[in-house]
Amino acid sequence: MQLASFIARRILQLIPTLLFILIVVFALVRLLPGDPASAMLGDRALDADVERINRELGLDRPLPVQFAVFARSVATGDLGDSITLKLPVTELIATRLPITILLTLMAALIAVVFAVPLAFVAATRRGRMADSAVRGAFQVGLSMPVFYLGLILLTVFGARLRWFPVGGYGDGFLEHLHHLFLPALTLALSLSAILMRNLRAAIIEVIDAEYVQFARAKGLRPRLVLLRHVLRNALISTVALFGLSIGTLLSGAVITETVFAIPGAGRLMVDSIYARDYPVVQGLTIALAVLVSLTFLLTDLVQAWLDPRVAR
Amino acid sequence: MTDAMLEVRNLTTTFGHGRLTAVNDVSFTVRPGEVLGLVGESGSGKSVTLRSIMRLTPESGAVAGQVLWRGRDVLKMTASDLRRVRGGQISMIFQEPMTALNPVLPVFVQIEENLRAHTDLDRGARAARARELMDLVGIPDAARRLREYPHQFSGGMRQRVMIAIGLASNPKLLLADEPTTALDVTIQDQILKLILDLRDQLAMSVVLVTHDLGVVAATCDRMAVMYAGRIVETGTVAQVFAQPNHAYTRGLLGSVPHAGTERSMLLSIEGTPPPLGALPAGCAFHPRCDFATAPCRTTLPVLEDIAPDRSVACFNRAAVLAAGSPI
Repeated sequence: MQLASFIARRILQLIPTLLFILIVVFALVRLLPGDPASAMLGDRALDADVERINRELGLDRPLPVQFAVFARSVATGDLGDSITLKLPVTELIATRLPITILLTLMAALIAVVFAVPLAFVAATRRGRMADSAVRGAFQVGLSMPVFYLGLILLTVFGARLRWFPVGGYGDGFLEHLHHLFLPALTLALSLSAILMRNLRAAIIEVIDAEYVQFARAKGLRPRLVLLRHVLRNALISTVALFGLSIGTLLSGAVITETVFAIPGAGRLMVDSIYARDYPVVQGLTIALAVLVSLTFLLTDLVQAWLDPRVAR
Repeated sequence: MTDAMLEVRNLTTTFGHGRLTAVNDVSFTVRPGEVLGLVGESGSGKSVTLRSIMRLTPESGAVAGQVLWRGRDVLKMTASDLRRVRGGQISMIFQEPMTALNPVLPVFVQIEENLRAHTDLDRGARAARARELMDLVGIPDAARRLREYPHQFSGGMRQRVMIAIGLASNPKLLLADEPTTALDVTIQDQILKLILDLRDQLAMSVVLVTHDLGVVAATCDRMAVMYAGRIVETGTVAQVFAQPNHAYTRGLLGSVPHAGTERSMLLSIEGTPPPLGALPAGCAFHPRCDFATAPCRTTLPVLEDIAPDRSVACFNRAAVLAAGSPI
């Protein structure tokens, strides 16, 4: 089966990708100015103490050995301990990352819910009022900085109308959703503008395609022609763009979480960088990179499902 | 002509709010079981004519006149009546099967959706009918190939798939828009033969749009020659080939190489067809015509019946006739 072998090949490709991520993270931490020992002990540390810490951390051994030790501990799920919070990094990630994932998923969902129907409206009423209105509104959305948009939404819907909480995460899943709605909307807007433009262009291209004419010549209902022959084909390129945007969405979450005071992985990342908490930065980088790689894998699989020519 | 299945009357298709007239006052009939060839250079309006019959012109196009299908005007039908005619009673196949088949759907889905729209067959019967259609158009290993996608077929096989889709619901008229132009010559013959065989088996009529007079000679009963959106000559294929009455038809015939005869000079028609937005006054062909006289430059010749089933729109048809057929 073509699809099965495609999936297998695609999963095998993950191995070198993950290895590469490990090497980059390993190198990055060692290239940063200042060494971990003096970061831990402060500026007035004694040379002897620095040496002792370095020996304890294994930093006096040759680089390949260090990498092997590092890779093995990552593989066994040990990402070390946070220097400032004195907690295992895996535990920190386990509590903070799901919040960011939920935020990102909500944002992605909101973006799609906005983009797909509006792209349809704009494309099928090309050049008319509805098209101009949709495109104009999204142009505004696209050109507004995330933090500014977040602040406006906070002021209007949070502080003034009190429909949504102004910050935090709440308890229980429903409360989480309630708390994350405004930040997710903030995050979603520019993505949905990009998706809308892309999908609108794709629909316009597909709608004049010969196979759409042929589908109409078969006497199919307009709805079937639009869903099966237009939308499905137009979605192929938009799905690819959507998958690639998830990475951007995750980094956008860093800003959004700061504006809305959400205790997610983005906030943790910013705090850890300021505190030079290298094990956390390192662990989070690996976790996020794996997350993005898996998203790309998923994107490829969806694309292969939509377009059988991909899986060759 | 009460025996006509399809009667096209004064069909006129314009684009851009009447600025461009792609099809101009075109009338013709199609009788049960016959193959009518619609011939002309590219841009002569033959494809637009076909699409106008099915109301498949782009949104910017306006179609006027009458398209009487078994006495009912297709151009005035409600959307649901039109859907019953499209694909169910009149089918259309396109020039380029690679672009006319949806690349991301298995062939089976593309056949089945036609059956679902026009028949009461249940799921199992539709699957059986799909296999039967694949056999009918000569695609071996039907069960397996139905699961494949268009890109897995060769050019000729793809055109067979398109014909299978077109024939799914037993239409009475097949509109074929240059069905063999994108194919190799040897494959062309197979596909044309297939269309003729199917016409006999299924007792349907065919309108075949082509620029290739060789194809017309091999397949059609009657032909209509189009130039710059108008029909300039009609007749049986034998009549038109033996005695072209219009200078343009004569020019077209002269440009066909024929095997088996003595080597002769291949004639070509000088110049190119005029752009539809800037047609010359009078007969649109006069700037390229060897027979043109003063009236041709000022007055539009109307299509006149010169015999039953035979008509021509040319002031100098006597001179053209006297010049003889180049074939």
